[in-house]
Amino acid sequence: MSADTKFDQFLDAKGMSCPLPILKTKKAVEALSKDQVLKIESTDPGSKNDMASWAKRTGNELLKIEEGPGVFTFFIKKTA
Amino acid sequence: MANKKMTIIASKGTLDMAYPPLILATTAVAMDVDVTIFFTFYGLEIIKKNNADKLKLSPLGNPAMPMPMPMPTFVSSMPGMETMATSMMKSMFSKHGVATIGQLLDMAKEAGVKLIACQMTMDVMGVKQSDIIDGVEFGGAATWLDSAADSQINLFV
Repeated sequence: MSADTKFDQFLDAKGMSCPLPILKTKKAVEALSKDQVLKIESTDPGSKNDMASWAKRTGNELLKIEEGPGVFTFFIKKTA
Repeated sequence: MANKKMTIIASKGTLDMAYPPLILATTAVAMDVDVTIFFTFYGLEIIKKNNADKLKLSPLGNPAMPMPMPMPTFVSSMPGMETMATSMMKSMFSKHGVATIGQLLDMAKEAGVKLIACQMTMDVMGVKQSDIIDGVEFGGAATWLDSAADSQINLFV
């Protein structure tokens, strides 16, 4: 349903463990302009909750989480 | 909105116990929390020059330490066991894509985490200011309390 979600930058965090996916996401979102979208792929099962907490705490919008086999895909819109 | 604040007292100098302060500090900064870490006693090992990636781990006195095979407790006290446990744990970390202590420390510094070394324990243990990495401030209990009193999160590790 969502292979066509639009994004401006892509972050490959596959193979990384806590806290690296979050630290890399923070840097990547910082580099975006307001309202741009970052797509992140992670293999860390903890990142599902972590991304949601990070987005809530920093005031950015987690648009969507997709769960594939062993890979979580996140779309975060820079709103802060 | 003003950033939230966190302080962590890092008092342990083993490989495993160096992780929690640095993981929490780097993550907190990424979540717009201002962080101060106060290094005291064995925690000073983490911020000695060229030492972050040389921290070790001992299986001795730690029944929870994963071992490749069951072995009697006294074996843990044999020469070489510390080195073996340390390299085993490091390879487990690296296999799972976990950053090294040195990398986390660099990221913390780069992100503006405030690092304070405890001058009293440095004096007691013969650690000179020149033994400590650049960018660290030196202070005592009052310095930590000043930060802690304004923080929402204060942890002792």
